[in-house]
Amino acid sequence: MTLEAGHSADSPISIHDLTVAYHRKPVLWDVDLDIPEAKLIAIVGPNGAGKSTLLKAILDIVPRASGDILLYGKPLKKQRKLVSYVPQRESVDWDFPIDALGVVLMGRYGKIGWCKPIFSKDRAIAMDALKRVGMTEYAHRQINQLSGGQQQRVFLARALAQDSTIYLMDEPFASVDAATERAIVDVLSELKAQRKTVVVVHHDLQTVPEYFDHVIMLNMRVVAHGSISEVFTNENLKKTYGGRLTLLSEAAERLARSKVLSDS
Amino acid sequence: MTVNHSISDARVSFPSLEQITQVLLLEEYNTRVVVLGVMALGAAAGIVGTFLLLRKRALTADALSHATLPGIAVAFMIAVALGGSGKSMLGLLLGAFVFGCIGVLVILAIRHTTRLKDDAAIGIVLSVFFGLGLCLLKIATEMPSGSAAGLQGFIFGKAASMVASDAMTMLAVAVGVILVIGLFRKEFTLLCFDEKFSKTQGWPVMTLDIVLMGLVAIVTVIALQSVGLVLAVAMLIIPAASARYWARGTASMLLFAALFGCLNGWLGATVSALVPRMPTGPIIVLLCGFWFIVSFVFGRNNGVVVNQIARIRLNRRVAMQHLLRAVWEISEREQLETVGVKEIVSMRSWKKVFVLRQLKRAQKKGFAKKQSEDVWAMTPKGAHEASKVARNHRLWEVYLINYADIAPSHVDRDADMIEHVLGSDMVQKLEALLDSVHDLKSPHPVGVDS
Repeated sequence: MTLEAGHSADSPISIHDLTVAYHRKPVLWDVDLDIPEAKLIAIVGPNGAGKSTLLKAILDIVPRASGDILLYGKPLKKQRKLVSYVPQRESVDWDFPIDALGVVLMGRYGKIGWCKPIFSKDRAIAMDALKRVGMTEYAHRQINQLSGGQQQRVFLARALAQDSTIYLMDEPFASVDAATERAIVDVLSELKAQRKTVVVVHHDLQTVPEYFDHVIMLNMRVVAHGSISEVFTNENLKKTYGGRLTLLSEAAERLARSKVLSDS
Repeated sequence: MTVNHSISDARVSFPSLEQITQVLLLEEYNTRVVVLGVMALGAAAGIVGTFLLLRKRALTADALSHATLPGIAVAFMIAVALGGSGKSMLGLLLGAFVFGCIGVLVILAIRHTTRLKDDAAIGIVLSVFFGLGLCLLKIATEMPSGSAAGLQGFIFGKAASMVASDAMTMLAVAVGVILVIGLFRKEFTLLCFDEKFSKTQGWPVMTLDIVLMGLVAIVTVIALQSVGLVLAVAMLIIPAASARYWARGTASMLLFAALFGCLNGWLGATVSALVPRMPTGPIIVLLCGFWFIVSFVFGRNNGVVVNQIARIRLNRRVAMQHLLRAVWEISEREQLETVGVKEIVSMRSWKKVFVLRQLKRAQKKGFAKKQSEDVWAMTPKGAHEASKVARNHRLWEVYLINYADIAPSHVDRDADMIEHVLGSDMVQKLEALLDSVHDLKSPHPVGVDS
């Protein structure tokens, strides 16, 4: 596969002309993006804007109608070990007979390979990942006995245990407690310090400027993308969330407030 | 195996004591091999069934087993047409396997090409294939050459009609299936827990699913002789479902399911050897059902008894804490050492009998002592406990009032219940949190001594 003009092999994720459709109904139209390296990037947009679908398209778990996606200039098939995924918490059945450590160890399976047993080195890495999200004492707890926030942190630890360079997270902040929110933010800044690229689907506009460097504003197409200071503007929010007046005015108000705070 | 009946003898005869000991002690070679074979089958079915259950595909297996019937009939007809007697076990089982797989493929095709959901697809395949099988079986029995009389045995199973060579095949295949599952345990676990994540790591989800369903088909086919196709699915699902009540991890669930499968196989084959006129399938299924009920009632994970005991314990603890808090609040208000039962009753929607019973429990625990008729006092130990309970309760109330915007999103119990499940670490956190807030809004003073 050759690089299209204007797309760089240095970009961790380079998306060209991506269109995704479910049952002939388009979800993403002509997405064209170069995601910058070593940044914390938020994907925002209204419900049904295709935020999760964009992540899944990058991971090749939804079929795409057209377009191609390159990770550091190569297709996903050759770069799988570079990518970690944190799915939405609701995507699995938490009644599964396994403990927290067992779930985190699944992050190591790709590196362990076919039919081989789990080594003590992998256990150590998984325990370290649990420690980074503040879940050490829950390692041997059944996953159905964990709270929602703790389950989210287990998923995050599983991605950390994969030890990759690109992290894709689908709504990790959705309905979590304050402790979990804090733990995730800490992990994000830790990852940034290690020069990892982190793309997060995010729903809380208020915290976007606080937690992220870059933003992708999505509503079936890319409305705007770039650094927060340049593109996270009232006008772009209006374009992204257009038509939803109450949400829009609320967002604008929050934005104004956060600007006042950061200016003072 | 030990008893020979004529075909016309339809009575169910009960075995003598001598026959029972003979079978139980596995004195005869044939019995020994058959029992061993059915036990191995039970273990294999339990292990494969565990992943089938975790993958939520239990009913697909039911459709698969019903879809084997036309395969048996067709294999028989082909064999007869080729001039054989149609009694080649290998040929019949091969036919069963092929049609079982076709059944699963049809389910997949319906799911992917129409708007029908899994349940409808399974219902359609199960009934149509079974109906087809029954018709073909009727035609097969009326074929001039060949004897199709034994084919009926595949529907409900007849372990007693098995010979040593059948059982040996069953044993070998079952051991093979167990080895394959053991080899891919990690991969199957990931597939069942989180299919999408498994895809992102590059595991071939489709291939793993095909291998799993293939193993299910193999187990079903070797189960046909002993359990029969109508009930084969029970051997896959019920031991695994029973295991869920005992096991905490995936590995122990596999182990428990294998044990239940073995046990059911052994008991089922034994009963079948003793009472050959009884169909084996229903007996094994009843045994599976029995152990499921035992697990459901006494199992350590969410078993009825364990849950009930936990509930009663919690209720008692809650009642005791409510009583202590009520007494504490009364003595705080009245500045008195003793408290009247009447006053306690008025604190909540309590009945006097209930309060007296709780007071007696408090007395046993050394929290309270009776002063005179209907007048009670707290012991120092009780006062200490009560102050702790009251403080927790108030801390929680304050927390909810001051942090209402955070709390509702992660509090799924109401305030009155949560204090009973608050651990000491949570209480410490609350205290630290509340110390940092100056302007507390509280319905009570918080500073109950601590």
